[in-house]
Amino acid sequence: MTLTPVLSAHWDEADSYKIAGYMRNGGYTAFKKAFATGPDEIISLVKDSGLRGRGGAGFPTGLKWSFVPQGDDKPHYLVINADESEPGACKDIPLMMANPHALIEGVIIAAYAMRANHAFIYLRGEVPHVFRRVNSAIREAYAAGYLGKNIMGSGFDLEVVLHAGAGAYICGEETALLDSLEGRRGQPRLKPPFPAVAGLYASPSCVNNVETIANIPYIVNNGVDWFKSFGTEKSPGFKLFAVSGHVNRPGIYEAPLGITMRELLEHAGGVRDGHKVKFWLPGGSSVPMLTPDLLDTPLTYEDIAAAGSMLGTGTPMIFDETTSVVRAVTGWLAFYKHESCGKCTPCREGTWWLSDVLHRFEDGHGTEADLDKLIDICSQIAGRSFCALGDAAATPFPAALKYFRDEFVQATNAPANESFDPVAATVFAGATR
Amino acid sequence: MSLSESTRVQAREIISRYPQARSALLPMLHLVQAEEGYVSADGIALCAEELSLTTAEVAAVATFYTMYHRKPAGEYHVGVCINPGCGILGGDAIWEKLSSRLGIGHDEVTPDGKISLERIECQAACTHAPVMTANWEFLDNMTPESAIDVVEKLVSGKEVMSTRGPRIRTFKENELTLAGFDDGLVDEGVQADEQMLAGLKRAKELGQSAPGVKK
Repeated sequence: MTLTPVLSAHWDEADSYKIAGYMRNGGYTAFKKAFATGPDEIISLVKDSGLRGRGGAGFPTGLKWSFVPQGDDKPHYLVINADESEPGACKDIPLMMANPHALIEGVIIAAYAMRANHAFIYLRGEVPHVFRRVNSAIREAYAAGYLGKNIMGSGFDLEVVLHAGAGAYICGEETALLDSLEGRRGQPRLKPPFPAVAGLYASPSCVNNVETIANIPYIVNNGVDWFKSFGTEKSPGFKLFAVSGHVNRPGIYEAPLGITMRELLEHAGGVRDGHKVKFWLPGGSSVPMLTPDLLDTPLTYEDIAAAGSMLGTGTPMIFDETTSVVRAVTGWLAFYKHESCGKCTPCREGTWWLSDVLHRFEDGHGTEADLDKLIDICSQIAGRSFCALGDAAATPFPAALKYFRDEFVQATNAPANESFDPVAATVFAGATR
Repeated sequence: MSLSESTRVQAREIISRYPQARSALLPMLHLVQAEEGYVSADGIALCAEELSLTTAEVAAVATFYTMYHRKPAGEYHVGVCINPGCGILGGDAIWEKLSSRLGIGHDEVTPDGKISLERIECQAACTHAPVMTANWEFLDNMTPESAIDVVEKLVSGKEVMSTRGPRIRTFKENELTLAGFDDGLVDEGVQADEQMLAGLKRAKELGQSAPGVKK
């Protein structure tokens, strides 16, 4: 399947992040078209396009917008989830660095459709240069009259505020994000009520991912049929696939949903020379790992689910045979332990136990009984936690055990770093870069 | 150190951005770090006063987020990503080398106050692994040798460029940026680098494009 740069089509132009560069390539025409079309019609258009949220869950975007009640006389808020922090995910940050205006124009259209006069972009704090690029794009849009009061004489007002987070993976969970944006500890809220009814400041709100919203101007300009000419019926459109790990040319590859991992891997120059794929994760550490025999699976929500994983953020990580699965899983669990917000018991306690027991294996003295214990703990976390972080934490180990049980058994008497030389897995040991 | 009146003015400017004042708390804490190098007791008091919160309420928020320091950060706060995507590809080796060379561990500062170290989690730059940060600017595709080189330059006051961003400024300066005050550096660094352009370059080499995109 061919590559189809849309969002990334002009990133090689030096001013791609500026309003001049964006407009030279057709930018800021879609929102005018949207204003002429009408808000309900835009929601219908996005529904008809079949666009699904690119933040990981894949929820239909137009449907999400339609949940925001209309005619209720309450302020509505659009909140952009720019808190990209999922291990393996690195597509929103490059998008905002190189093409922030696609996000801003998408924000204008989305806010107009759901009748929100205030939008917030919640950007993780650890990316000051992306903060500069997005804030500059907002200023340029205000100066051009595309943001502010009575935009282009439409009667529609929109204020956009860029807001820096401060280091908390949990704030990627939409209700935790809202609490954080309200100046509180970023802990998830009980649902219902859902944000569409009681979100930011207890008002109707919609939280959308960066890449999702950046798609909107292109859909408005080119139409539903064009958008659906990419991808599959259930997974229409294109995707910024960020391919990382042991590949020769890691990077951003924009392609239709439905491209296979093998095709994508070929575009990325293949697994590094002299090595072979051991396992891969389609979209972040929170989705189950898969094995090389599944490389021909199309990267769609439905096909990856049928293969036993999830598309997630659509940012595949590839690991070759030098990688210790035990070490990788232990590392990911250390991450979930670090990022658990502490609100609910299964996640707060369970991530610590998983991490502690996995460290025994990494150090070479786990026991076979510990493997059962780990599975038991995972089953106590999954589906019993307050939010999806707990489910995510319970994901890496069972998948790893399913495919690589031998390696965990080996780690009952040999440290991971003895079974797998950590130097061999680095990019600077016999590496291609 | 007590905070100046101009800090209070800046805090009020942050508050004015939001429909509800308390939303300003996270950027205000970045502002406090821009002045103090950490979230000081005075900074907590200022936030509490301006937002009509108790100091306990402000401290509860400040202690939740890892970017807020409870003691002064180094002039250059250096992060090494040890999440497996980076750690396995070399981040763990970089951490060992840096930590032993500097003689400090996670969340510690060199005696001269120049460098603090943090084992950071995913920086959303996995295509550039192994990744480091200095005051949160990207240092991509690092090796143990380039890591030592960067830190030695920072210690000796030499200019270091981010691989995707501007020259590395001080921790306090970048915290002011994150509080939302423009620093004029948006045009520094590339618009996109090799990894960000990998797919576009490949598509052009193969003559592939998205059909039917209207300008």
